[in-house]
Amino acid sequence: MKRIQSASELEAYRQECMASRDPQRTVITICAGTGCQAHGCSNVVAAMQQELDKQGLDQVEVKATGCHGFCERGPLVVIHPQGVFYNKVKVEDVPDIIARTVKEGEVIESLLYALPATKEQISLEKDVPFYKLQERIIFGSNGLIDPTSIDDYLAIGGYQALSKALTGMTTDAVLDEVKISGLRGRGGGGFPTGRKWESTRDVDSGVKYVICNADEGDPGAYMDRSLLEGNPHSVIEGMLLGAYAVGATEGYVYVRHEYPLAVANLTMALEAAREMGFLGQNILGSGFNFDIKISRGGGAFVCGESSALIASIEGQVGEPRAKHIHMAESGLWGKPTVLNNVETWANVPVIIDKGAELFRSIGTEGSPGTKIFSLVGKVNNTGLVEVPMGISLREIIFDIGGGIPGGRSFKAVQTGGPSGGCIPEEHLDLQVDFDELDKVGSMMGSGGMIVMDDRTCMVDVAKYFLNFLKGESCGKCTTCREGILRMYEILDKITRGEGELSDLDMLEKLASVVQEASMCGLGKTAPNPVLSTLRYFRDEYLAHINDKKCPAGVCKDLIHFEIDPDACTGCHKCARVCPVDAAHGKKKEPHEIDQEKCIKCGMCYDACKFDAVKII
Amino acid sequence: MVEITINGKKVQVEEGTTILEAAKANQVNIPTLCYHELLEPYGACRLCLVEVVKNGRRSLTTSCNYPVTAPIEVETDTEKVINSRKMVLELLLSRCNTSPKLNQLAAEYGLKKSPFELHYDDCILCGLCERVCREIVGANAITFAQRGTERVVIPPFGEEAEFCIGCGACVYVCPTNAIQIQEDGEEKIIDRWSRVLKLRTCSECGMEFAPDFQLRFIQKKYDLPEDFFDLCRDCRAMKK
Repeated sequence: MKRIQSASELEAYRQECMASRDPQRTVITICAGTGCQAHGCSNVVAAMQQELDKQGLDQVEVKATGCHGFCERGPLVVIHPQGVFYNKVKVEDVPDIIARTVKEGEVIESLLYALPATKEQISLEKDVPFYKLQERIIFGSNGLIDPTSIDDYLAIGGYQALSKALTGMTTDAVLDEVKISGLRGRGGGGFPTGRKWESTRDVDSGVKYVICNADEGDPGAYMDRSLLEGNPHSVIEGMLLGAYAVGATEGYVYVRHEYPLAVANLTMALEAAREMGFLGQNILGSGFNFDIKISRGGGAFVCGESSALIASIEGQVGEPRAKHIHMAESGLWGKPTVLNNVETWANVPVIIDKGAELFRSIGTEGSPGTKIFSLVGKVNNTGLVEVPMGISLREIIFDIGGGIPGGRSFKAVQTGGPSGGCIPEEHLDLQVDFDELDKVGSMMGSGGMIVMDDRTCMVDVAKYFLNFLKGESCGKCTTCREGILRMYEILDKITRGEGELSDLDMLEKLASVVQEASMCGLGKTAPNPVLSTLRYFRDEYLAHINDKKCPAGVCKDLIHFEIDPDACTGCHKCARVCPVDAAHGKKKEPHEIDQEKCIKCGMCYDACKFDAVKII
Repeated sequence: MVEITINGKKVQVEEGTTILEAAKANQVNIPTLCYHELLEPYGACRLCLVEVVKNGRRSLTTSCNYPVTAPIEVETDTEKVINSRKMVLELLLSRCNTSPKLNQLAAEYGLKKSPFELHYDDCILCGLCERVCREIVGANAITFAQRGTERVVIPPFGEEAEFCIGCGACVYVCPTNAIQIQEDGEEKIIDRWSRVLKLRTCSECGMEFAPDFQLRFIQKKYDLPEDFFDLCRDCRAMKK
């Protein structure tokens, strides 16, 4: 690989990259993101290559790309240039795809995505509602490029923003552009990125750092991982631009060690960028020097908190420090530091390349741009979705997400990760952005979105998240460590049917102190699941306390299963699945459940086709 | 100098002084547990909470680690402060109800007992022992391990604290008397750190007088002659 020394050399090389990529050539992209890997996409990639070799189709290219987002339907295969979209592709389908679609241009109906309601089949990726309603300015490139190829990134305009900045813009102009864009931190805080950069720029120091926070700790959120895996150069380019704007010469990417593919692809991307001269000394002949190191985290949730993250990079115990002195003045090793999240960095090249005005035209006045959400839980189309800020929760969950599976009804959506709040149906038309989510007692957080259906007990949900936070609190400050523990204990008591009305007052009292008196964001947001469920689902708490009932039929101590003899056909299915032989009866006669033996696992309930098993 | 107000009274403080220090200098009492004037403030116990109004924004914050850099208003006894401190004390009491210092503070705030079930642990994780060992003694013999409710202060890997010099500084600073040091004939023992230290014998009078490991640590740290600690304190005084 040759070292590129100027903007004109970069442009010439980009033209070469583009020329070698005939837009009419058939390219088969296969999603090799984490979700599709779990679905076995690696075998599909290998089989596809083998089959092409066997049939002598060496002009067709197979590209294993980063995550396309539609994880529910993986492995995903797209045949370009037409854009034919196949989902749930198996190795056995490969010969057919080559013989019929690649060779003959014929669409294989059985592999197409069908609308759940009408069963209408859709041939092209761009027409699938899941994609059609998104605006994928950051995440879209994932599906087009091989993340291990810097040439692929260059061919779609990569490092164009860097070249534009280094050769045609002052450092202040880059900073101003980001300020005007109104970009806000995508890691959850929503702090204006430009203002953060400005504070760091204003500090006079020979050494400054920029850091990328890739310590995505929310269970269920994986957009940062997928960006680093699928398009690592976009993050590198963002960091380069930030470093240029604030005058930093060194950068770190703090990434979880449990993200091996992200670490591997990022390492490869850093090496390639270094070889081509995008990192190192005198970048593009501009005199600007900058390089990036990877720092791998051990997986503590709290290390996503800025001061804990910095402590961890410094080799100390990953626990937060008081932030009375801002990181802009004294961050990593006591030097001025800018810390932004993966997705924030990935937005920067788009802003510099396309301009702040264009960026501002997307999203809302207060929160411009798009946001990537991890849409998971009780929703048909689980996956990663990138939508303009201001879109309603209803559009995300029902139009893009395809609604609630199994004909059940929507109950709540939890946004912002474990310490976010649960939003009820009455707020489904809320226009999602940083401020609107705050108003209803939740938060943007890192963009986790967990959809819950009517079979979810909200007290149990609050208990679940508090249990997570209880284990992930660093344990340094009393209010967080002991306060979360005590809130958890009260919730546990309520789910066991031993709660009293005074427990709710204590929960609120504890929540308020933990929220206000804890040292870092983990403690300050930890009470959100409790407060939001108390606010919107108080009835459910009261049912547990006053009536000793769990309306959703989840809390085991408060429910039991019975078989309705009128509905039971005696099919014996419940007896077959029961692991403790509690469900029993003669064939073709109504069955019964032995309450003494029953462990309330719910297998019979799920297995019964006649709705004869009732949760009482 | 920066002018701030503490409970409505205007005071001049040097820039960088913490709110706690400024309050103390002006006879305003703020309770603390994890604070020691010789150690870096840590902000763990949350007892020294005060309300600060800065640029019109009011917030609850710890005073021990808040350096004054701008004219702020500090209030140390608002209802919110008192209620929060009470809750902090209740949370700590539900962990350790045997500490005289903690009980005294609780009494000052009118608390009789914690509303929570007791999960007894004599350590309240204030970190004073860990900090004094690291910052003052320089032995780094103990450390925090685990997180959340599992958090503990232990010697590395929970084995014998092989860098502990038996100086007893941790025993001295501990607010809950969770660390005990004993002398047993030829040995000094700190059970909590599984540490047993052999005492050195005075070459003059034959008395065991201090842990051999401690004397070697001090001799090396201050570059003293090899035979500096051959004599016990009394014999050395006699020689002079």
